[in-house]
Amino acid sequence: MSVAITLTVNGAPVSREVDPRLLLSQLLRDELGLTGTHVGCDTSQCGACTVHLDGASVKSCAMLAVQADGSDVLTIEGIAGPNGALHPMQAAFREHHGLQCGFCTPGMVMGAIELARTAPDLEEATIREGLEGNLCRCTGYQNIVKAVRAGAQAMREG
Amino acid sequence: MYGFDYHRPAALSDIVDLLTADEDAKLLAGGQTLIPTLKQRLAMPTSLVDLSAVPGLREIVAEGDGVRIGAMATHAAVAGSEVVRAMLPGLADLAAHIGDPQVRNRGTIGGSIANADPAADYPAALVALDAVIRTDRRDIAGAEFFTGLFETALLLGEVVTSVFFPAASHARYAKFPNPASRYAMAGVFVAKQGDVVRVAVTGAGPSVFRWDAAEAALSARFSADALVGLVLDDDGLNSDMHADAAYRAHIVGVLARRAIA
Repeated sequence: MSVAITLTVNGAPVSREVDPRLLLSQLLRDELGLTGTHVGCDTSQCGACTVHLDGASVKSCAMLAVQADGSDVLTIEGIAGPNGALHPMQAAFREHHGLQCGFCTPGMVMGAIELARTAPDLEEATIREGLEGNLCRCTGYQNIVKAVRAGAQAMREG
Repeated sequence: MYGFDYHRPAALSDIVDLLTADEDAKLLAGGQTLIPTLKQRLAMPTSLVDLSAVPGLREIVAEGDGVRIGAMATHAAVAGSEVVRAMLPGLADLAAHIGDPQVRNRGTIGGSIANADPAADYPAALVALDAVIRTDRRDIAGAEFFTGLFETALLLGEVVTSVFFPAASHARYAKFPNPASRYAMAGVFVAKQGDVVRVAVTGAGPSVFRWDAAEAALSARFSADALVGLVLDDDGLNSDMHADAAYRAHIVGVLARRAIA
């Protein structure tokens, strides 16, 4: 069985015939070539595959592509400005060295953007709890938290 | 993942028909348990029947002396609902601490309770608050819904459509999350409605259960002090690499006191 789906990915319309068991992460990476979305654990724990679905962060490895039919998907490739300017959260990760090997970074940035929009405050405890769905195997959390706080402040001021 | 067919009808009756006609079809809500289960090849359904196109199942509305939460309402929606926060802040708080933010954006109350994981959080709320589960065909009392390990009173093809929670003068949940999975090693929901006190325990046994002795003590005096010295019998409690039965019995007592204070 294949199912016809139509969705928006980073602002562009996408139509595909897909096997129902195709994961959203596989659609993005293998079919659309958007390999910025990383697959770390593939067991919905590490959050490296986090993308935004209709504005909310989700783990794209824990979702079928058919479930995204009709939705608006935003990946790490879609957040920079039209002239290529880094998103404030990306700029903050660079400024504060919020990455070591960088594998978790796309998911961290996507999760952090939603956190910046929804968190009641930007206290360290709030940020750490808000990043519970994202793991960094380098254990680089200290600078990730710094980066998220700075990025969130920049988003709120911008 | 093994292959399967996929259906997403917009009519609830079509969902019920598809599930009734094929006992190996599985209902898909938010998929936060089902999709990982499929990926590990722990299940081999012939088809997935997606509930997400059926209208009206995400609504959260005040109704009489309580709140009705649609089966497809996500944990994030429950946590952020002004209706729930005003009427049952303890329930909103429970929802706000399920899994992690990404899981809460997809996982649903209907999916959670129909799956009946022994370490899930919602079952404690449903039992303590005497919730009523509405399905496509009937209402089921919270006390009768959870029948065992991953077992519910749902019949073949029966679909949860909403859960009604009556208001309470006290409703609070305390849990000890497993540091890795965030599932409850134990969780206790204490609710007081009029003179009735219920203490529901999840994560500690094969299915949610009420702690009668704690309820009796709290009915006499609704104070954390009333539970001092009271120890849950650990016979039949879960025992695993994370916590043995005696330890779980101990933390249930601690959590019950936290759920009152």
